[in-house]
Amino acid sequence: MLTLEGVRIAMEGGALAADFSLSPGRRVAVLGASGAGKSTLLDAVAGFRALEAGRIRWDGQDLTGLPPDRRPVSILFQDGNLFPHLDLARNLGLALRPDGRRPDRAQAERIEGALARVGLQGLGARKPGTLSGGQQGRAALARVLLQARPILALDEPFAALGPALKAEMLELVREVAEGLGALVLMVTHDPGDAGLFADDIVLVADGAAHAPVPTGAFLADPPAAFRSYVGSPAPERG
Amino acid sequence: MAPRALALIAGGVLAALTLGPIAAVLIRAGGLATLGPGDWQALRFTLWQAFLSALFSTVLAIPVARALARRRFRGRGLLVALMGAPFILPVIVAAMGLIAVFGQNGLVNLGLAALGLPRIDIYGLHGVVLAHVFFNLPLAVRMLLQGWLAIPAERFRLAASLGLGPRATWHVLEAPLIRRIAPGAFAVIFVICLTSFAVALTLGGGPRATTVELAIYQAMRFDFDLGRAAALALLQLALALVAGIVALRLSRTAGFGAGRDRVVPRWDGQGALARAGDALALLAAALFLLVPLASVVLRGLPGLAELGPQTWHAAGHSVSVALGSTALCLAWALPLANRRGELLSLAAIAISPLVLGTGYYLILRPLVNPFDLALVVTAMVNALMALPFALRILRPEAETVEAEYGRLRATLRLTPLAWLRVVWVPRLRRPIGFAAGLSAALAMGDLGVIALFADPDRATLPLQVYRLMGAYRMEAASGAALLLLALSLGLFWLFDRGGRVRADT
Repeated sequence: MLTLEGVRIAMEGGALAADFSLSPGRRVAVLGASGAGKSTLLDAVAGFRALEAGRIRWDGQDLTGLPPDRRPVSILFQDGNLFPHLDLARNLGLALRPDGRRPDRAQAERIEGALARVGLQGLGARKPGTLSGGQQGRAALARVLLQARPILALDEPFAALGPALKAEMLELVREVAEGLGALVLMVTHDPGDAGLFADDIVLVADGAAHAPVPTGAFLADPPAAFRSYVGSPAPERG
Repeated sequence: MAPRALALIAGGVLAALTLGPIAAVLIRAGGLATLGPGDWQALRFTLWQAFLSALFSTVLAIPVARALARRRFRGRGLLVALMGAPFILPVIVAAMGLIAVFGQNGLVNLGLAALGLPRIDIYGLHGVVLAHVFFNLPLAVRMLLQGWLAIPAERFRLAASLGLGPRATWHVLEAPLIRRIAPGAFAVIFVICLTSFAVALTLGGGPRATTVELAIYQAMRFDFDLGRAAALALLQLALALVAGIVALRLSRTAGFGAGRDRVVPRWDGQGALARAGDALALLAAALFLLVPLASVVLRGLPGLAELGPQTWHAAGHSVSVALGSTALCLAWALPLANRRGELLSLAAIAISPLVLGTGYYLILRPLVNPFDLALVVTAMVNALMALPFALRILRPEAETVEAEYGRLRATLRLTPLAWLRVVWVPRLRRPIGFAAGLSAALAMGDLGVIALFADPDRATLPLQVYRLMGAYRMEAASGAALLLLALSLGLFWLFDRGGRVRADT
């Protein structure tokens, strides 16, 4: 259980409040207009941004003061998820060997397995720059698979992909997350993505991240703050 | 955290190695009363030659930079690159080249004699200023050119659509630019010329053309008056600190002029007079830089056969000093590639190698024979001198890597060593190679602190060239100078290239 207790996060032009819990294994879309504070919320959970007030707990463990590298969170950023000078095997190897040493035989097999799992079998020797955007996303997901942490945070990593490819990647995220039994927090400004992918929706609007609402119920009867966002004359597209 | 500890250690060692010798100088200096009239004459000469060098370099750079900024022609890129070359050119090599052109039997005097005009003498004030202009005119050109190229293209379009004449263009666009950049360029060059030792050693001399640094050297080597050497070092230190602070204020925006090159489309300066003027400025600058270098090569080729075992021995020393200095410089630069480190290293820029050398000599003398450590001290002082440049190259790139991959590093839980080995160094290969190349070339060509410490067995190649010149073995000196030039450029090329090949990003 990921619990945000009376959380307050400072951000440009105000603060973001959050006070709710998320259950393990759920897929949660963090939905809101750009600038509302979606990424801010994710950064606070991942440890890249300090809290002004409140606590964040995971299964009773207090994460509040922990640095990012000691939290049970793996995260995919909008870009820069792979080191461009390292081949895929080496990039993935860092998830298993944070000391930078070469993986042993068993680990090498796990790496090859993770690549195969995301449909990149045999591409371990390729550098990220030689892959398409979709393939890079897959490789980053394979790395998350190896990191095997109970919380997976996605900060719009597929925003640059076309709709068909994005749907494919979301399906892959679902598989990966189910394999890990991980809680997924996915930032998006697109209700369509949320509908395809999420069990629950956390709406970020008006300086607060609201408690999760099941996706079906949310979309059937959207809250006022969400309606005004979707109904705005020029909705932002990824 | 380990990187932080490393940075603290590197910073502490840096502070100890600069402040320690200064403390030694302060303690040993007998007070200004030990300075004779000759020493005050040296101070006046130092200030005067630095003033003239900075003035001529800056003023003459204006037409050259203007021509480079507004003309496109074949070889323009090469000419801009040539403006960067003096930075890694050994002073003694340039001095040999200038002597070949402007010296007693040089090209200019041959021409003057053919016309029945009196000969000119390169030794003395004008020789020193000439050499300083040779080194610093290109620096001023690069600084001004960068400013010129930073003028938005729209301004030139606007000027063209308004139909501004040359006078109006000058007043509206060019004069404000020069007023903004030229004072900084002047100040930086003034400071550089204050700490000029090798130029004064080779082209100055005599009581009327001695700089404070040369006076330190003479007090130590010829009079063996350590108290006076320390007092002179103190004088030099005060001079450099005051001038350094002034220069820092004036040149905040100027930088070292190593920016990207681009050609802004221009519509002004299309008149025949403007074209001829620009062509003349470019031709004169190119000849001024290239002819001395070409004569080093041409005169050196036959001399290569005359290279004795002593010269080869000295070359070996120089290569080890250069490699040692480069390793040391990088060992400092890598952990200090941040804002605080760069500020710290600025201390090193104001302190002259001769002052540091004097301090080290004072510290070492009671403990060991300082001459035994000549090469070690030379490598160390050169590493200190190259550090500000290395940091200027590395810092922005290091901060980019941190900004781009710092979060990924955290989420992967990379250990500090893995971050350094697997990400940081590979991502920074190009700037590290470039910094190492600069550092190696600077150390290879340095003729400074080694002159204080050297005995006949421990010469470096620049010192060997100087000794051969002093013994009037010009053929051998020319050969050794060519070898020195080749080694300096070769080391720079090797390191810089090493950073580029297969550095796929």
